[in-house]
Amino acid sequence: MAGLSRSDVEHVAHLARLGMTTAELDRLEGQLNHILEQYMKLAELDTDAIPPTAQTIELENILRDDVATPSLPASAVLGNAPAREGDFVIVPPILGGDAG
Amino acid sequence: MNADPTRLLAREMAARLRTGETTARALAEAHLDAAERQNHALNAWLVIDRDGALRQADAADAVLAGARRDGPGALAALHPLLGIPVGLKDLISVEGGQCTAGSRILEGYRAPYDAHIVERLRDVGAVFLGKTNMDEFAMGSSNEYSAFGPVSNPWDLDTVPGGSSGGSAAAVAAHHVPLSLGTDTGGSIRQPASLCGIVGMKPTYGRVSRYGIVAFASSLDQIGPFARDARDAAALLHAVAGRDARDSTSAPVPVEDELLHLPESDDEAVAWLRGRRFGLPREYFVAGMDPDVERRIHESVAFLVDAGATVEDVSLPHTDYGLATYYIVAPAEASANLARYDGVRYGLSRRLEGGDFIADYLATRGEGFGAEVKRRVMLGTYALSAGYYDAFYVKAQKVRTLIKRDFDEVFASGIDALVAPTSASVAFRFGARMTDPVSMYLSDACTLPVNMAGLPGVSIPCGLSEGMPVGLQLIGPAWSELMLFRAARAFEGLTAAATWRNLEPAQLAEADDAAGPTPAERAAALAAAR
Repeated sequence: MAGLSRSDVEHVAHLARLGMTTAELDRLEGQLNHILEQYMKLAELDTDAIPPTAQTIELENILRDDVATPSLPASAVLGNAPAREGDFVIVPPILGGDAG
Repeated sequence: MNADPTRLLAREMAARLRTGETTARALAEAHLDAAERQNHALNAWLVIDRDGALRQADAADAVLAGARRDGPGALAALHPLLGIPVGLKDLISVEGGQCTAGSRILEGYRAPYDAHIVERLRDVGAVFLGKTNMDEFAMGSSNEYSAFGPVSNPWDLDTVPGGSSGGSAAAVAAHHVPLSLGTDTGGSIRQPASLCGIVGMKPTYGRVSRYGIVAFASSLDQIGPFARDARDAAALLHAVAGRDARDSTSAPVPVEDELLHLPESDDEAVAWLRGRRFGLPREYFVAGMDPDVERRIHESVAFLVDAGATVEDVSLPHTDYGLATYYIVAPAEASANLARYDGVRYGLSRRLEGGDFIADYLATRGEGFGAEVKRRVMLGTYALSAGYYDAFYVKAQKVRTLIKRDFDEVFASGIDALVAPTSASVAFRFGARMTDPVSMYLSDACTLPVNMAGLPGVSIPCGLSEGMPVGLQLIGPAWSELMLFRAARAFEGLTAAATWRNLEPAQLAEADDAAGPTPAERAAALAAAR
């Protein structure tokens, strides 16, 4: 668990889809490493035989009846879309223009 | 009798609505006036909805008038929250209204539907005064991470109200509403309740449906009430708790009607304590704790003992690992939850020339999220990334098991509830914890293990330290909210005669000054002087 280098910080920022200024990245590098040092404390504990906990109230899967119920009208669902055409949301192209 | 209706408790308002001494409209107007007058100085509200609140109040008055015609039985059957003003943290969806979660990325967004808890409150005729300020996406312990400015604590306008539900807590402390709702992922209800001198409960995970609430960390988030005393808080919890098919994590566990009938008499409330066993977890009295806060907690323990309870030293040996565990699990879940803010379907959207969708994401999220949200999304993305998933995320989930076992073992040994500080300090000044994120994270050291274990916890006022409120935290086994409220009510009975019980927040009157500094200006002045 070595510290984060500047290029690690940039890589994680890209994975997280966060555009950041150089000043923000500078600040984050120091702050994230300081926080990661706190994580090291967990290495003190031997947890090989301990099962992980993902949720705390032991609810089993809850199934509902397979019955259609009313949902929100399309106008309500789409009302917040920044770009629309009729009942469609305009999304940015993901397949690279002319090359298709 | 105090002529100002904002000084009443919710149930006192309810009683006067039934006798006809006041109306829901008069209550709404008095509270709206107070909120509007003081929001310049406090910034507790992001929206004050005068028109909507008055419409709901008039509807409540019509119900009251009908019941009065139908006789005492009909009046008695009315819900205790009918016509009572309530504040909602601005991550709770109210159809047609804003729901920013304190973030620029949701500015302009209009909620297309009501949250489950909003439906429930509408059904009983509560009046929504508006939406309260909060740390962005509920990430913070001081409300200073709100994109819409910090909130002042009515006890000292240069200090924070706590967070993330800082606006909800300050609004109740300032008598803008008798009741409000917040959310608690690592302490975001209990810590601000403590710092503002009011009651705040985080219920058991699964107790309240989160349908219609902006998600932060889904294995930890829970909704809960703020009020100025235990009985009012219990009544609000009763109104919103229970199974809802639209939140598959909401549990089919009965919600006890006794929540509406906590003892009225102090003697009866205190008598409940006889023979109860409380545990005092030694790990919650940490180095660096404010010694005066520690004194208030020990004095509170002495009151419980005098009333016939036993208080035993107990150990929760993995407490010290809570912070690291929490700051892996919560950011990991947040990084996944916040992936939805893509600028495509709703919220802030930046579309750059050239049609590179990755560049659009980077621009939208880079501009829309504030510094703390970016920090946590970075931490979470890193903890979940290839090569670190086992070392960080799985490791943290295993330690989470150990933290939960600590609590399970203490309760299995016969302890009814734990008594602990809510916060190791009273409210701190603006900027005091802004330069070092870890110092801010430590604000929740005494509350976040409770979320890790999914347990209920309540913070109740237990005195002052140099004029600032101190909170006592009571923690119980899963689904023990009623017992915690009984204990809280008993503590109120024990301290009913204490001077601090009847004090107004020390600087509340100063918040009337519409020409004075805003919280943001106070924070800037303090930063300049530092």
